[in-house]
Amino acid sequence: MNINTTKIISLLFFIFSAFYLYTAYQIQVFAFDENAPFNARTFPIYLGYAGLFFSGLKLILPDPDSIKVEHKTLEYKKTGILILIAIIYGATILKVGYFLTTSLFLFASYYFLGERRWILMFLLSFPFVAAFMYLLHGILDIYLRDPLLKYIGVMG
Amino acid sequence: MIEGILIGLTTALTLQNIFMVMIGCFFGTIIGMLPGLGPMTAIALMIPITYGFDPATGLILMAGVYYGAVFGGSTSSILLNAPGVPGTVATSFDGYPMAQQGKAGKALAIAAWSSFAGGTLSAIYLLFMAPSLSKVSLSFRSPDYFALMILGLTAIAAFSSKGQFLKAMMMVVLGLMLASVGQDSLSDITRFTFDNMNLTDGISFVLVVMATFAMSEALTIILKRNDPTSAAKQVSLTELGSIKINKEERVKMYKTIPRSSLIGFLIGVLPGAGATIASFLAYGMERNLVRDEEKEKFGKGSVNGLSAPETANNAACSGSFVPMLTLGIPGSGTTAVMLGALLGFGIQPGPRLYMTNPEIFWSVIMSMYIGMVILLILNLPLIPYIARILAVPKNYLIPLILFFSITGIYVMSFNNFDIYLMIGIAIVATFLRLYDFPMPPLILAFVLGGLMEENLRRSLLLSNGSWEFLWDRTLTICILVTTILIVFWQIYKTLKKRI
Repeated sequence: MNINTTKIISLLFFIFSAFYLYTAYQIQVFAFDENAPFNARTFPIYLGYAGLFFSGLKLILPDPDSIKVEHKTLEYKKTGILILIAIIYGATILKVGYFLTTSLFLFASYYFLGERRWILMFLLSFPFVAAFMYLLHGILDIYLRDPLLKYIGVMG
Repeated sequence: MIEGILIGLTTALTLQNIFMVMIGCFFGTIIGMLPGLGPMTAIALMIPITYGFDPATGLILMAGVYYGAVFGGSTSSILLNAPGVPGTVATSFDGYPMAQQGKAGKALAIAAWSSFAGGTLSAIYLLFMAPSLSKVSLSFRSPDYFALMILGLTAIAAFSSKGQFLKAMMMVVLGLMLASVGQDSLSDITRFTFDNMNLTDGISFVLVVMATFAMSEALTIILKRNDPTSAAKQVSLTELGSIKINKEERVKMYKTIPRSSLIGFLIGVLPGAGATIASFLAYGMERNLVRDEEKEKFGKGSVNGLSAPETANNAACSGSFVPMLTLGIPGSGTTAVMLGALLGFGIQPGPRLYMTNPEIFWSVIMSMYIGMVILLILNLPLIPYIARILAVPKNYLIPLILFFSITGIYVMSFNNFDIYLMIGIAIVATFLRLYDFPMPPLILAFVLGGLMEENLRRSLLLSNGSWEFLWDRTLTICILVTTILIVFWQIYKTLKKRI
C-alpha cells in the first residue's frame, strides 16, 4: 500500500490541534474573567479549531501533487550524529563552559562530516572560538559563562 | 523649519558626529550579523558610551548603530538563512535563494542599495512629515491594528502556490500556537507551559527563527546530501562577490523602492508595528503588484522580493523615530531603549522637542541621511569579501551555522532548555520541509501572533464582545477592504490560470 506522508503529517497535526484545543479549554482563568468576551483561553480556542479545520481539509481533500521522498537517498546517519553532538553540546555548555564545549562541538562536527585536515580543523575550532569569545566578551562586553576558564584564571 | 534643518546640518556635520555615525554603522553591522544580537542589544551596549557625549552626539551614535545592525542582520539572512532579527526575516525569502544561485554579492548589493534608498527616502519623509504624522499615528486604534495584522498575513500568499495553500495555513496556525505559549500578556496566566518554568516567558523569536531557518536548513543540507556551496563552486570568487546590478534589475528596483519605502515608513510610524510588519507587508504588496512572470520568481531569488523588505525595514527604522521624538512613545523595542537613553540625558521627548531642543531633533534627522551614505560607503567595498563565506566548504559551513545558531540562543538565556527546544523544533521543521511545508508563514504568524491577540482582545473588550468593531471605524474598514481585495485578487488569478 502506498502511504501518503503528507496525509500522515496532516493527521498528526489534526491530533496535535485536538490536544491543543483540549489544553486550551483547561487554561485556568480568573473567576471574574470567566464570562468576559475575551480571556486567556479565547484566542487559543480559536487556534485549536483553526488547526482542526485546515488539517482536516488537508486530510479529506485529494492531494494530486503529493511529495514523494526517497528515504534511501537520505543521509540519516550523519544528520543523527550531528543532532546528537548538538544535544551533548547543549547538555555540557553550562557546566564545562563555553570555550571548551564549543571548540569540541565544532571539532567533532567537522570530523563527523568527513573532514580530515587536522590543522584546519583545529584552527577553525579552538583559536576561532577564542577569537569569537574575545569579540563578545572582551570587546562587546557580553557575558559568557565559562566556569572552566574562570577556574584556571583566564576569565574574570 | 529651514532654520531647524540648518541647525541640524551644522550639528550633524561636525567631525565628531560624522565619526560617531561611522563608528555606529561599523559596530552595528558587526553586531547585527551575529544571530541573537539585534539592534536592541547593539544600542543597549552603546548606552554607557553615549553618556560621555552631549545628547545630540549620543543619539547620532545610537541611530548609526541601529541602521548598521539592521543591515548586518540582512547579511546573515542572505548568506546563511539565519535572520537574527525579526525585521530581516523577509529578506531571507529571496536573498538566500539568490545567494545559493552563486549571486551572493549581487544579493548583498541589492540589499545595500535598497536599504540606502529606503533609509534616504524615509529621512526625507521624516523631514517634512514628522510633526503632522505623529497625529496620524495616534489615530490608530486596536481594531485598526488587528486589521493591519490580518493584512500582514496576506503575505503568506507568496508561499501558497501550486496547491500549497492548506500547508501554508497549517504553518500559520502552528506559528500562532507557538506564539501562544507562556504568560498571557494581560492576566499573567500561564498557557501551554505544562508547569515548566522555562516556558513561562514564552518561546523567543530568535529561537524559533534559528530553529526553523538556519538550523533546519543545515540539517536539510546534510540529510539531502545537498551542497550549499555548489553554486559558489561553479562560479569564480570574483563572480560570487560581484556587486554589479544590471539594467533590468535596476529598473525593477526603481519601481519597488519608492512604494516599499513609503509603506515601510508609514508602518514604522505606528507605535508597536515596526520593521518586521513593514517588511512582511512590503513583501506581500510587492508580490501583488508585479507581473505574473515576476510573481513566479518570488521565493526563488526575485530582485523585487529582496528589494522590497530591505527598503521597507530601513524606512520603518526612520519612521519609528516619529512617535519617539514627537510624542515620547517608542515605536519599537529598539526605540524604547533609545528613549530610555534620551531620558537619561535629561531630555523629555514630546511635541515641543523640535522647538525646545531643535539641535537634537534636526541633527538626528540629518544624521540619518548621512548615516545611510556612510553605511553604503562602508559596506559596498566589503561585500565581495563577505560573500566569500559561501565559498567555505560544506563540512565547515554547516557546523559554523549550527555554532552561530546555538550561540545566539545561549547568550540570550544561558539555559540548556532553550538549546534542547531549538534542536527539537529544528528536527520537526526539517521533517516538515522535506514534505514542502513552507516555514515563512510559520514565522510570519509567530511574529504577528502576540500583537494580533492583544489587539483582538482590546477590540472585543471595548465593543463588549461584539465583532462590530470590524466595521465601526472608517480606517478599519479601509484596511479590511484592502485585505479582502488582495485575497479575492489572488483567488481570481489562480482560477483564471486553471481555466
